[in-house]
Amino acid sequence: MYVAVKGGERAIDNAHAWLAEERRGDLAVPELTVAQIREQMALAVNRVMAEGSLYDPDLAALAIKQARGDLIEAIFLIRAYRTTLPRFGASLPVDTGAMACDRRVSATFKDAPGGQVLGPTFDYTHRLLDFKLAADGEAGQVAEAAPLHGPTPHIMGFLDRENLIQPEPAGETTPPDLTREPLELPASRALRLQALTRADEGFTLGMAYSTQRGYARNHAFVAELRIGAVAVEMEIPELGFSIEIGEITLTECETVNQFQGSKTQPPQFTRGYGLVFGMTERKAISMALVDRALRWAELGEDNLGAPAQDEEFVLYHCDNIQATGFLEHIKLPHYVDFQSELELIRKLRRDAQQMQEAAE
Amino acid sequence: MKEYNFAYLDEQTKRMIRRAILKGLAIPGYQVPFASREMPMPYGWGTGGVQVSAAVLTPDDTLKVIDQGADDTTNAVSIRRFFQRTAGVDVTEKTGEASVIQTRHRIPEQALREGQIIVYQVPIPEPLRFLEPSEVETRKMHALEDYGLMHVKLYEDISQHGDIATAYAYPVKVEGRYVMDPSPIPKFDNPKLDMAAIQLFGAGREQRIYALPPYTKVVSLDFDDYPFQPTKADHACALCGSTTSYLDELITDDAGGRMFICSDTDYCATRVEDAA
Repeated sequence: MYVAVKGGERAIDNAHAWLAEERRGDLAVPELTVAQIREQMALAVNRVMAEGSLYDPDLAALAIKQARGDLIEAIFLIRAYRTTLPRFGASLPVDTGAMACDRRVSATFKDAPGGQVLGPTFDYTHRLLDFKLAADGEAGQVAEAAPLHGPTPHIMGFLDRENLIQPEPAGETTPPDLTREPLELPASRALRLQALTRADEGFTLGMAYSTQRGYARNHAFVAELRIGAVAVEMEIPELGFSIEIGEITLTECETVNQFQGSKTQPPQFTRGYGLVFGMTERKAISMALVDRALRWAELGEDNLGAPAQDEEFVLYHCDNIQATGFLEHIKLPHYVDFQSELELIRKLRRDAQQMQEAAE
Repeated sequence: MKEYNFAYLDEQTKRMIRRAILKGLAIPGYQVPFASREMPMPYGWGTGGVQVSAAVLTPDDTLKVIDQGADDTTNAVSIRRFFQRTAGVDVTEKTGEASVIQTRHRIPEQALREGQIIVYQVPIPEPLRFLEPSEVETRKMHALEDYGLMHVKLYEDISQHGDIATAYAYPVKVEGRYVMDPSPIPKFDNPKLDMAAIQLFGAGREQRIYALPPYTKVVSLDFDDYPFQPTKADHACALCGSTTSYLDELITDDAGGRMFICSDTDYCATRVEDAA
């Protein structure tokens, strides 16, 4: 007699053993070290840190190794680890004006105090496969300039001085914490930005791109894009003052968007903002565009019904860990639900057939 | 496993979840928002149920985990192992011996008794979701007890198909107030929702918990002239011969041969043993 699928336990153990073997791949090829991933797959590490919401390059590299290079799986490992960490306090807001910039470009001004620094960018590379890299990946000696000292002022600040851009006064209250409280709508801008900074890069990119193509278009100029290290400071109650506890690399993007005005307000430029862990330029720009699109109500714009304007649509669908979990759960058994559907459809067809026969 | 707290979650998180559960029990059928945590298993795979179980488990509990009625389906095995590892609680496959039962898509055939807790894994807690996609709107509809849309949907089913075309996750009304999604159990199980045990529903990804205290009045939505009908395959179990349990249909050969067996593996195995 046919026996229903049994032996779930043994199947799981065997699957995990096989997975471990596949992860290692051909034993004749040397094993990747976590340090190699951290150093040579740095942009993957950055994405895992950003969407995993945990700044730790070593753990992100480990997660990538364990996940066989599946970045969403790696992000998931980091998120699951992150929730178990105790919270011993909150840092002070980081000062991106004091960032030691590796890269700083503006699309709105040809030059500004602090200058334009291209930094290590793929921009202007010709996307030709470098076959030499297959044999020899060593980089030659690179010339170094003396580092700039002192703060690099934000380019938005220059527009702000002329009142050309809509002001952004500091908020009074501490923003809510998306990871500790349930998301309730309508969300504040602070909460939206929290969700967007760890949102899936692909989703955010798609949403941002849709605004460029006319779904709630608000033409964005990149006023400034900067990447570099900032100090993280924390107030220690026993000391009564703040001390630096570490340094993180961030990407910050500020956009200047179409001006708008009303009967009482003269026309002004408006802003979009993106801030993401690591060197994650595509994500930060996308975030700024989506942020701007979501601000339609506050800026008195029309709701055009565009997906990027719909806070509920964006916030409920931007998290790739939620999305992938729910998407992939449909491969779990659904025998029971399917069985009930089978019976229902058989009954409906039976009824329909009887009706038809009666009519004939 | 000492690296993690008892039942994985830290005590603060458990307290937050217990508060949501208590609120849910105080307002039966109302969806309480809670700050769902990332768990070491994917969203959509029972993280809501797992968090609720983690919050109610004590070291003296005996846990049973079922998926599709069965103790040995892979995800049930995985969740049971998770609690064995992180809480070290006793586990059982016997419905009667468990103090906490976590389930996906079924209610056991054996009636639950007072003192037991059944925890449902819920994918989409909002019964109105597929009629109104916006959470802001559906919360308003619950607040105003505005369930006209649901009745229209059921009516349209009847006018189009001659029957209410919902076979699982069949909506219920709780104590005459909230319309509730009983999770994707087959509608065959709906009458069992009136029970002596505490029923807790956890939706991790959607960040909602809701509950039914013992002996809560739960009514499946219907019309006077189209009364609710729990249905099952019109067969007897091929293993234990039960004619009253919910059956899974198996395909036994490539000529379309079918076989029907109980979906509740403990119920079926117990009957086979008793007969032997």
